[in-house]
Amino acid sequence: MKKPKVDIAALPGASAREIDDRLQVATPLRRLFNKVFPDHWSFLLGEIALYSFIVLLLTGTFLALFFDPSMQEVVYNGSYVPLKGISMSRAYETTLNLSFDVRGGLIMRQMHHWAALLFMAAIVVHMLRVFFTGAFRKPRELNWIIGLSLFWLGFTEGFAGYSLPDDALSGTGLRIASAIMLSIPVVGSWVTTSLFNGEFPGQDILPRLYILHVLLVPAILLVLITVHMALLVKQKHTQWPGPGRTNHNVVGIRMFPAFSVKAGGFFMIVFGMIALLGGIFQINPIWLFGPYKAAVVSAASQPDWYVMFLDGSTRLMPPWEFRGSLFGYHYYTLPPLFWPTVVLPGILTVLPMLYPFMEARWNKDRQSHHLLQRPRDVPNRTALGAMAVSFYLVLTLSGGNDVIADKFHISLNAMTWAGRVGLLIIPPLAYYVTHRICLGLQQHDREVLAHGVETGIIKRLPDGRFMEIHQPLADVDHHGDGDGHGQLEYAGWVVPKKMNRVGALPPTERGFFRPVEDATQREDGHVPEMSAEEKHQAEILSGD
Amino acid sequence: MTDTTHHAAGHAADEEFDADDPRMTRFDLVREGARRDGVEIVHYEPRFPVPGTRREKRIVRSLALMFLLVGLFATAFVVIYIAWPWHYSISNDNAKWFTPILGLTLGLSLALLGVAMITWGKKLLPEEIAVQDRHDGPSDSTEAKLTGQTILNMGDELGLKRRPVLGLAALAGLAPLGAVAAAPIIGGLIKDPHTTGPKLADGQKSSILTTTGWTPTEANPGPIALTREDGTKIRPEDVSVGGQMTVFPGIPGGASNEYADSPTLLIHLRDDDAAALEATLINENKGPVEGFNWKNYVAYSKICTHAGCPASLYEQQTNILLCPCHQSQFKITNNARPIFGPATRRLPMLPLALDPEGFFVAGIVQKDGSIVPSGYTVPVGPGFWERSDKIS
Repeated sequence: MKKPKVDIAALPGASAREIDDRLQVATPLRRLFNKVFPDHWSFLLGEIALYSFIVLLLTGTFLALFFDPSMQEVVYNGSYVPLKGISMSRAYETTLNLSFDVRGGLIMRQMHHWAALLFMAAIVVHMLRVFFTGAFRKPRELNWIIGLSLFWLGFTEGFAGYSLPDDALSGTGLRIASAIMLSIPVVGSWVTTSLFNGEFPGQDILPRLYILHVLLVPAILLVLITVHMALLVKQKHTQWPGPGRTNHNVVGIRMFPAFSVKAGGFFMIVFGMIALLGGIFQINPIWLFGPYKAAVVSAASQPDWYVMFLDGSTRLMPPWEFRGSLFGYHYYTLPPLFWPTVVLPGILTVLPMLYPFMEARWNKDRQSHHLLQRPRDVPNRTALGAMAVSFYLVLTLSGGNDVIADKFHISLNAMTWAGRVGLLIIPPLAYYVTHRICLGLQQHDREVLAHGVETGIIKRLPDGRFMEIHQPLADVDHHGDGDGHGQLEYAGWVVPKKMNRVGALPPTERGFFRPVEDATQREDGHVPEMSAEEKHQAEILSGD
Repeated sequence: MTDTTHHAAGHAADEEFDADDPRMTRFDLVREGARRDGVEIVHYEPRFPVPGTRREKRIVRSLALMFLLVGLFATAFVVIYIAWPWHYSISNDNAKWFTPILGLTLGLSLALLGVAMITWGKKLLPEEIAVQDRHDGPSDSTEAKLTGQTILNMGDELGLKRRPVLGLAALAGLAPLGAVAAAPIIGGLIKDPHTTGPKLADGQKSSILTTTGWTPTEANPGPIALTREDGTKIRPEDVSVGGQMTVFPGIPGGASNEYADSPTLLIHLRDDDAAALEATLINENKGPVEGFNWKNYVAYSKICTHAGCPASLYEQQTNILLCPCHQSQFKITNNARPIFGPATRRLPMLPLALDPEGFFVAGIVQKDGSIVPSGYTVPVGPGFWERSDKIS
């Protein structure tokens, strides 16, 4: 028999050629490898959301193998003794089974829940980053809108998932959701009855939410995330201003291998953290809540954190109900629930989506922007953002005001009133304070650029006055006003404000628990050098 | 920096670039590839130009250790997953450690892998600054025009301008087809709340918005007894003074979630509280003879009129019912009027009466002493658009 000759060393090259013959991928593939990503810690936040989503898909698939959303009444006969013999829905029973009778089911459930919380948190923080740095500006308005849609889809997905186990908390949440739908004028009762297929809770809502939770919403999420990423690749990442960075280039590292190794490592860290959370920190112990019973509720029934702001708005809403006859014909009711749970989310969806266009209009700005702005340099936007954040925080805190009242022995009614008043007073206050802080920071930047860095050296002048010596950031001669002050132009990026930042003092020592290197003397005999990035900065600052 | 020389070299290469030139290093080819992709590698420097320094060795050592630990923890995860006595039971104390140990091993394994990868990237890969051209801005004006005209030509080819009738006809045909797509979804789901309730005692259709398990129906004409969760009936003496009890309609499944709007709170008021209630009783809570309360007993719907949670936290001292969901508070001694929080309507009062055997039933006592079965006389639970009663 003849031995077929295979040249192992030539195999990769040969197969690459075969693939390229068929797909012609050499050029696009290399273009992908060479794609440049700028580096900054704040660019990682969106990645956390992406990675959590992947973990959600993985753990969710496992859960779906064991979970049954049926609302059929069964009698529990599983391993968890305290609930034996209790009648409950099949959905609740299978969730219990996942927690007690499926090997590794509990950690999967808990990882799924933690990943969901992290997903929403990462979305929110990422959104704040994008807002405060102006990354939403032209040409990225569409991606901003997609991002906001992702938040609300994640919100819906999370709520559906929270409802599925059919424990006491999910049932209470669903009941409130049905009341919210009921409050919609004209069509409310029709919408509710149609979705629940009759009266709350009926037999059909969980199977319907299930298909929403495992198919419809995740599919839309997946498509939107893909478009979100595709737009990112097409439009390329924004970057902070800095040496050599302009509106027309991207300065960073190439995607393969450096960026992808770091990103992949970061994925593993996020995954690992979710595993640690899911294993060690109990979440949603549904066996303690018991099955949903319409007559039972406990104090401190809180939704997941990302729903709490709407819970808060509902609590703070004064009891204002509008009633009256329309065309003198029939008497109608507009319940107070409508405003904080339907109108408010509507505003919170539409207003941010329009914001990029509104800002561009105010500033008469039709340019494309790829360089980020420091929040201090755009005081109005930053202050508006602080206003929005404080509004959100008051609502979120009010979502747990009964717990706060209980733990700190404050009257519950006082908490509600504090929330109502706070909601009106704190946001404008936050606007004012933030605006002032931004201006102050701006001014300090300009001062350092004009006078230099404070050295901490106090000099006594012959006439007895004391003054501090400033280290100018650049040579002053060719600015030529002769008084030792050269006005440097602000570059939109961090102005060094400490002596060790301009190389006049050794850099701070590295190491967390103990220094890993002597700041002045490395073991290989090198005096520590500035990184290439810092060198660039120094060159720019010295005006060369 | 060598920026300028590289640019010059790049230009020269355009004309006479030979990928097979043996003098070129691999990185020369990489750089040329990047250049063709609009990427200039302006700074590229190995972390450790001299192999084998102590620092490099140390990093390699710790990386290797990390990878070994990744494998160790992963193996531990698999072994524990398979071998641990994980199954929950009273006698198995080890079961409670299963999930934490799985999380610890998996989490450490993955996190260490992540740290190792990032360390590799940051400490061993060459230091690099690459600059990519953004190629932003609108497309070339000629390009834009060509595409625009191509699109407009599509319209010309279809000839809608010449044959407008066709456009209208197509529209007239397609609009109903769109409705076909919507029909199954809306048509399949839609349900009229106003006619899908139970058949009433007189055979009429009813609305699910206004009926509860207490409503006398064809199937359960009443009077419907107040029962505990297990279905047993209740006598006045079963509730102590100042006490309360959650009661359900005494019909099949009355305590189940099928009648989620029916749970009711039966309260035995103290004498002076009962007097306060009697004094404030509104007309809607009165029958032809007396109030819906029965002596010192009063029954309110447990379903909050705000968002439907059970308003079940009973403050015995202040006679206030608190809903734990959004903190609406209702004054028991005044028709359960909302006195704080977002609720706008009082909790409906269930008309109470005693049947001949001395059990509580839902019904209104008439002048002749007979009991007419009656559920709640106003809709229970959260408000809705069609709700037409004016009282609160």
